[in-house]
Amino acid sequence: MASQSFKDRNLLAVIGDEDTVTGLLLAGIGHISEQQKKNFLVVDAKTQVPMIEAAFEEFTERTDIAILLINQHIAEKIRPTVDKYQQAFPALLEIPSKDHPYDPNKDSILKRVQKLFGE
Amino acid sequence: MSGTGSRENIFPTRMALTNTKLRLKGAQTGHSLLAKKRDALTTRFRAILRKVDEAKRKMGRVMQLASFSLAEVTYATGDISYLVQEQAKAATFRVKAKQENVSGVVLPAFEVERAQGSDFNLTGLGRGGQQVIKSKEVYAKAVETLVELASLQTAFMILDEVIRATNRRVNAIEHVVIPRLDNTIKYIISELDEMDREEFFRLKKVQGKKKRDNEAAELKRKAELAVAAEAAGSDELPATGETAVLRNLVEDDSELSGPGDLLSSKDEDVIF
Repeated sequence: MASQSFKDRNLLAVIGDEDTVTGLLLAGIGHISEQQKKNFLVVDAKTQVPMIEAAFEEFTERTDIAILLINQHIAEKIRPTVDKYQQAFPALLEIPSKDHPYDPNKDSILKRVQKLFGE
Repeated sequence: MSGTGSRENIFPTRMALTNTKLRLKGAQTGHSLLAKKRDALTTRFRAILRKVDEAKRKMGRVMQLASFSLAEVTYATGDISYLVQEQAKAATFRVKAKQENVSGVVLPAFEVERAQGSDFNLTGLGRGGQQVIKSKEVYAKAVETLVELASLQTAFMILDEVIRATNRRVNAIEHVVIPRLDNTIKYIISELDEMDREEFFRLKKVQGKKKRDNEAAELKRKAELAVAAEAAGSDELPATGETAVLRNLVEDDSELSGPGDLLSSKDEDVIF
């Protein structure tokens, strides 16, 4: 089923706070397409929730993104949207940020893992 | 007994029985194959599950390290985030998906592909260049971990879905298809047995009728012989008691044979 769709997915996208995005861009994941579309979104205290959601939708619908990284505290803000997201591609990964240490209990994937292990 | 469970709407013949038996065998083979597939997938799934759990925890540590190195950069050079964001053009850090096959399920695995780019060469030119380079490396390592985790997680999602589908199929065959075929076979066998019994009964009837007819014919013949002998013999000879009885019997028989014929012709209509 997915053999066709994941061949041309080779980018990473990130939604995160300034430090996380800067670090990941330093590693070289930044990409700006011909239509001037960035594959990263910097979220600060002033960013509105609908804007994060819009970016999330955009990144999950783009066909060239293989992995979408999102800071956990930002994922918390749009938790219903994140929990609803079930597709395999792009893979959604919640990452910790500098100010917010990683909490495995909040991760939607780990929640499922723990449910499966608990049974 | 055969009408209890659901069964296929099929005409009970021997051919249908053979076909249904073959289908039942096919369903059983399919069931065992699917069950094997499910077991193989589940084994794999368990392994991945454990790895995902580990990798997620490892990621926490790696990202912490990376943020720390970025903090060093900020200390040495000042805030470079704006510079870095504006300089991003084409990704030098990409992933490549290759696929892996687990019992017919294609699992993607991401591989890191790094192009040697000259991005951010001027960043930290004035001071803190070393920290910038170090931070770049640390973050690259971190992203590699993330990519690894992402492929594990994707495999996890796909396997989860496939296992569910396979489970559904296994259960459908076990609880719906096989009982249905079983019921059909039982129904056909019972119908065929019923037909056999009817056929046997009919034959018995026919045989009985034939026997009776033969006996009647024999008696009639004897009676006729007796009558002829009587006619041929002297008039003085009185009719023996035996012949009188015979004659009576012949009359009785002719009366009996009437409804007997009707019965048999009707019978055949009923059966076929």
